[in-house]
Amino acid sequence: MASTTEAATGRQGTEARPRARWTRNISAKIAAIPMIATALVVFVGGTIWTVVYSFTDSKLLPRLRWVGFDQYERLWSQNRWLISIENLMFYGVMSLVFTVTMGFILAVLMDQKIRFEDTFRTIMLYPFALSFIVTGLVWQWILNPQFGIQGVVRDMGWTSFSFDPLNNPQTVLYGLLIAGLWQGTGFVMCLMLAGLRGIDEDIWKAARVDGIPTWKTYVMVIIPMMRPVFITTLVIVASGIIRLYDLVVAMTSGGPGGNASQVPAMYVYDYMFQAQNLGQGFAASTMMLLSVLIVLIPWAYLEFGGKKHG
Amino acid sequence: MADLSMSSAMTGPRGARPKRALSPRNIMLYGILIVVCLYYLLPLWVMVMTSLKGMPEVRMGNIFAPPVEITFQPWVKAWAEACTGLNCDGLSRGFWNSVIITVPSVILSIAIASVNGYALINWKFKGSDIFFTILIFGSFIPYQIMLYPIVILLREMGLYGSLWGLVLVHSVFGMPILTLLFRNYFSSIPEELFKAARVDGAGFWGIYFRIMLPMSLPIFVVALILQVTGIWNDFLFGVVYTKPAYYPMTVQLNNIVNSVQGVKEYNVNMAATLLTGLVPLVVYFVSGKLFVRGIAAGAVKG
Amino acid sequence: MRVSKLTAVLCASVAMPAMATELEVTHWWTSGGEAAAVAELAKAFDASGDKWVDGAIAGGGGTARPIMISRITGGDPMGATQFNHGQQALELVEAGLMLDLTDVAEANNWKEIINPPSLLEACTVDGRIYCAPVNIHSPEWLWLSNKVYEDLGLPVPKDWNEFVASAPKVREAGKLPLALGDQPWQSNLAFGAMQIAVAGLDAWKAVNVDKNMDVAAGPEYAKVFQAAAEARELAKGSNVQDWNQATNLVITDQAAGQIMGDWAQGEFQVAGKVAGTDYTCLPGLGLNEYISTGGDAFYFPKLNDPEKEAAQKRLAALLVSPEVQVAFNLKKGSLPIRGDIDLSAANDCMKKGLKILAGGNIVPSGDMNWSPDVQKQAEDLMVEFWKSDMAPEVAHQKWVEILKSGL
Repeated sequence: MASTTEAATGRQGTEARPRARWTRNISAKIAAIPMIATALVVFVGGTIWTVVYSFTDSKLLPRLRWVGFDQYERLWSQNRWLISIENLMFYGVMSLVFTVTMGFILAVLMDQKIRFEDTFRTIMLYPFALSFIVTGLVWQWILNPQFGIQGVVRDMGWTSFSFDPLNNPQTVLYGLLIAGLWQGTGFVMCLMLAGLRGIDEDIWKAARVDGIPTWKTYVMVIIPMMRPVFITTLVIVASGIIRLYDLVVAMTSGGPGGNASQVPAMYVYDYMFQAQNLGQGFAASTMMLLSVLIVLIPWAYLEFGGKKHG
Repeated sequence: MADLSMSSAMTGPRGARPKRALSPRNIMLYGILIVVCLYYLLPLWVMVMTSLKGMPEVRMGNIFAPPVEITFQPWVKAWAEACTGLNCDGLSRGFWNSVIITVPSVILSIAIASVNGYALINWKFKGSDIFFTILIFGSFIPYQIMLYPIVILLREMGLYGSLWGLVLVHSVFGMPILTLLFRNYFSSIPEELFKAARVDGAGFWGIYFRIMLPMSLPIFVVALILQVTGIWNDFLFGVVYTKPAYYPMTVQLNNIVNSVQGVKEYNVNMAATLLTGLVPLVVYFVSGKLFVRGIAAGAVKG
Repeated sequence: MRVSKLTAVLCASVAMPAMATELEVTHWWTSGGEAAAVAELAKAFDASGDKWVDGAIAGGGGTARPIMISRITGGDPMGATQFNHGQQALELVEAGLMLDLTDVAEANNWKEIINPPSLLEACTVDGRIYCAPVNIHSPEWLWLSNKVYEDLGLPVPKDWNEFVASAPKVREAGKLPLALGDQPWQSNLAFGAMQIAVAGLDAWKAVNVDKNMDVAAGPEYAKVFQAAAEARELAKGSNVQDWNQATNLVITDQAAGQIMGDWAQGEFQVAGKVAGTDYTCLPGLGLNEYISTGGDAFYFPKLNDPEKEAAQKRLAALLVSPEVQVAFNLKKGSLPIRGDIDLSAANDCMKKGLKILAGGNIVPSGDMNWSPDVQKQAEDLMVEFWKSDMAPEVAHQKWVEILKSGL
């Protein structure tokens, strides 16, 4: 990590001539204006705006008529919201665990000096080029009980075969998972493969000299060394999970059983635009942002706060 | 961890060396990979096959079976005949709009993000990391939440409904992940190069154009792929922030897929889906190798 | 002043303008019958010398409305836009973003001709008129497949009670008694239809118009929830999403019936089915032949362009004109908003609707009585109720709570 730290702090202008603080690095500051504007105006500004209006009774148009915590009280008394959170947590954990382990295992397999690596990689990665709407549509079609896998197996003679995850409230999240993993694991595999390729050959040599079995080297040495890759992966995968919306709309519209695959983003959208209750939608989105913060702040502290001391 | 230099990112695979061509280990290895590939290929196979069948065959048959009678009618219908309200000219209507939206959005977002990444690594200033953290936080905000604030912002800037408003929105929402990738990539470029250029008197832009840019082809390819895919596939922004004159192809796709008339025309849906996905898919297939290289350097540093 | 304005509008609506003014019109009518109906509007508008620029957005009101509202509030409004009449556009009107159509309405005597008057009332805010209603849709219909009953050797049910009684036999024959799509609004619609059919008109009015919460919590409505619980059993095994996929189950004789709005007949028509012989429709579920008069209306955002404004007013007048009403509603399968036109080309089901309308057996729609917020909450509750084992008493209690939140 030593050189990273140096890279982070040590590359500033090396000019000896003293200058006023704010003019130092002036081109860099000018060049960073779009980023600063985006961060402050859109992300911070937009968030504050949302939080502020979550304390109002805004309906179709935003208006400042304060109602205190009413929207939040109502939000947490809604069965649909509670189920949405439960679903997202379940889907999120499953999705994270599966994308990361599948991605890693596939990357390890791909890293065995195999032939046709390019072909395999292209095949695993292409779904990432397709939108969730498309992904949802295709898998809905494949999982269609009448025409899809279930129908085909039954036609082959196994008439009692049952595979209809999307129409069963107990299994619908697995159905979504099948499609979600299809779309996303290839990309994670590429990230992991990149991480594996970045590890020094000497480490492998040393491990072999010491007689450590390959699997143990992976678990004990390689994975800890790939921490940055895992973090990048986590950020990308987790941000996708929290935004989960298109896939659900395309595959199940939140059903079956009414709520079996509801997710928070859907609640937000429905209440903002269908129910024309902006206040309620903003309260729900504030809760979503809050949960993101709870996860991200410790991470940001470790990533940026920690380095200053290292 | 040792600094990840460009060369080490691009060397070949590691791990134990394979011994014989047909060892049990290899059979298992390739076996697993082939099974996994079947999972990935299945939907593409189904899409292509379904799109080449007529509706009666789709309804009768097995979705995995190849068509008995190949028909290109669904493709023709999806491209040129499917209706969006009164306009029955299929996806062709939105194709050029999508190009017009995607090209400037991709260029602008990559330009901004690459400069951001460069400034964040080589020209740190007070608070730059804080802005970066906020940016990463921003990547978690669901788009739907930001719809209203952005409507207001664009209205105040006088850009609402114009092409440039949409380009701006795409640049803003592409910024977090792209900046992260560029920042990580630039941190892997040897520092000595930067220092040497400084000694030679090169400034901010000089170093960016003469040293950073030429060395960063792979990460630009990654950014290009991510943005082309993301912007081309976008529906919500395209329809909320522009006029119908600029509606992208995905609007027609949405109309074809969502307006069910009697039985869903799965074959037309699949053809439309494939047609819409064609541009990102081609970009992938053409630049696959560079993509992995870029990802290699862009993701490894945290 | 007033007179000259009036004559100006009158002249404008009659005379051909020298230059065609383009108006962009957004709507969410994209299915087969709907698109054909819109084409009639566009044809009429183009024929009058202006130009209809179509801005269709598929995916229903839920997808289209955010886009429309964003564009109106973002300062880049379209020339005209569809909403369901009622409270959906109320705030846009109050914010002064919508064009006042009162002069058009007065010039064309809308007050006299629009029937039922509740339609125009739904367009009225503070005595001014802001929208042009184009059609009436009623959701309280039961659609039955005649063939399913013929095959079973049973008479086709004449009301909801007979339908329920015949259901076990339908089930035995391996058919689905009641088709119900998975989209939340469909569950809500089915419940709405049962409300008026089972609880009766008086109780319905007490709750939905007078907002009497004691009646809402009372025995009449307990009966509705019991009936809904029964219906829920009949719908078990229905695994389609979209409403027209559910209708298709009835069309293809896989299901015996479906509770759906009058727009379902467009699907029967497209499939070449004949009302009375192939399928049967029972307004008010055959119990209480009342229909509610929801529907679609066009609103015209303010454009600050006198030329466009004149064109907007021309379009508003045109939408209500008799010729357009006939052409549009025949294609759409909906009822016209004026009683003085000849719809002899209508089919059996539509005629039933017209008769009820002429008889005045009508009630205002949910969109007029309750805010979208209350309706959405009720929808969430209903979908949960219909698709789970929630006890009817529990659902009843929750439902009353939701209504109270909208008082």
